[in-house]
Amino acid sequence: MTKEPLKPREVKLMKGNEALAEAAIRAGMDAYFGYPITPQSEVLEYLTIEVPKRSGLVLQAESEVAAINMIYGASGAGGRVMTSSSSPGISLMQEGLSYIASAELPCLVVNVNRGGPGLGTIQPSQGDYFQSTKGGGHGDYRLIVLAPASVQEMADFVFDGFVLAEKYRGPVLILADGALGQMMEKVDLKAEGSLPKTVPSWATRGRSKDRDPNIITSLFIQPEKMEQINMRLQAKYKIIAEKEVRYEEYHTDDADYILVAYGLSARIVRKTVDLAREKGIKAGLLRPQTLFPFPSVRIAELAKHAKAFLDVEMNAGQMVEDVRLAVNGKTEVFFKGRMGGIIPSPEEILEELERIDEKIVAYQE
Amino acid sequence: MYKSDEIIIAGFGGQGVLSMGQTLAYAAMIDKKETSWMPSYGPEMRGGTANCIVIVSEGPISSPIVTKFDSGIVLNQPSMEKFEEAIKPGGVLVYEASTIITAPTRTDITVLKIPAIDEANKMNKKQVANMIMLGAFLELKPILAMESILSALKKVLPERHHHTIPLNEKAILRGRELAAEQLTVSNTI
Repeated sequence: MTKEPLKPREVKLMKGNEALAEAAIRAGMDAYFGYPITPQSEVLEYLTIEVPKRSGLVLQAESEVAAINMIYGASGAGGRVMTSSSSPGISLMQEGLSYIASAELPCLVVNVNRGGPGLGTIQPSQGDYFQSTKGGGHGDYRLIVLAPASVQEMADFVFDGFVLAEKYRGPVLILADGALGQMMEKVDLKAEGSLPKTVPSWATRGRSKDRDPNIITSLFIQPEKMEQINMRLQAKYKIIAEKEVRYEEYHTDDADYILVAYGLSARIVRKTVDLAREKGIKAGLLRPQTLFPFPSVRIAELAKHAKAFLDVEMNAGQMVEDVRLAVNGKTEVFFKGRMGGIIPSPEEILEELERIDEKIVAYQE
Repeated sequence: MYKSDEIIIAGFGGQGVLSMGQTLAYAAMIDKKETSWMPSYGPEMRGGTANCIVIVSEGPISSPIVTKFDSGIVLNQPSMEKFEEAIKPGGVLVYEASTIITAPTRTDITVLKIPAIDEANKMNKKQVANMIMLGAFLELKPILAMESILSALKKVLPERHHHTIPLNEKAILRGRELAAEQLTVSNTI
């Protein structure tokens, strides 16, 4: 089959899931392994149509467990690889993710978060924050977690995700949600073939005579050896925490109240900030774009001047723990959340902010 | 606060409500406006009804999912029952009058009654009923340039259907005429 020529930069109206899949092809993905689940099935569907005409390989695995282990193998062979799923499927992948983190292999994993626990609902949720940022699988490891808030970032973070995964030799997670996956928005797609690729020296692609065999494993039975591996991983996470933090701020300069939210919640909170300012309440938004590493240093700075923080999530309160750790008692941290696939409205967050404002003003008087 | 139009388009699967929404969203993009298109994909679509929310805005869009709407384009009875109350006071509701048997009772919104399916049948192409509805809505609320809508059709329709674009254009114009007639009558009352 003749392959289509490389695509130039293009502006399109696309679904988040499709934009992400298209970006993966443009970013030079060698292989995708996955299993369908709402609300991210369009990723596999889109790739199944496009990849055979373009470049790479796409395969529907027999399960999510199989998919993540195929990722392990293909990454070990030096491929640029991606898988995607939604919450219950990502739970199934946790053992494999822990192995991949230990074996220090680059890969991109996408979670289009739906409401849980259990099979839950297919509506958007942010209930997987803990699982995404605190390890998820067993052992001391971290994923770099990117949190898009638009279809544009669904596409851009694929490029960034591959770069980070390869730079730090480890799994990177894009944590989206059902709404970001299903919605259509304008997206400016980067040109195909713009992300350079080399075969890494550690890849297991057959040994040449002039070097020792490459071995990829996550089994280090000697505790002394295992501790060395742990120390190396921790040193890597420390560098990531220092160098790769990303966030966006909106009206934080003079803000009395700092609202913290990521992904879809952050878009809603942005409107709350506008509504609050119309009413004379000085609110600002800090939107983490990386959830690990977390913008703790910036939050600590903002805590010096803010009257209070309000963390907003589509869950029972998960990121708020990281906000509290960063604020470290300097000021109060409040939480507002909705669960089970319900999206909060800008107005109900404003009501919560007004209650907090009344309380703080009364206390000061 | 910047201007924004939050639109619900609802009907049966197969009536073209999703592509109608995409046409609006694409046209908004061509008109350099912010836009989002959000389909129903949850439990509500399992009963055969389909809907999408389209937001056309002068500024950034917060949530693509809202529960109150400035505008409604409704093509079947179950959707009428569900969304009549969800239109904001002062908003507009355009409904398909060949199949919807209960007319809306709201008096605080502008209502357009468009027999789009009958009209489409007169054009010998029942699939263009959605475009008649879209035309009627745009006559009532000209939020997007007509040439942008026509360019958007080329993006939304797959290439194998591009030969139907002239017919779709005709349907949009017919919708505008029907709306214009009704608006003239209501202005004289």
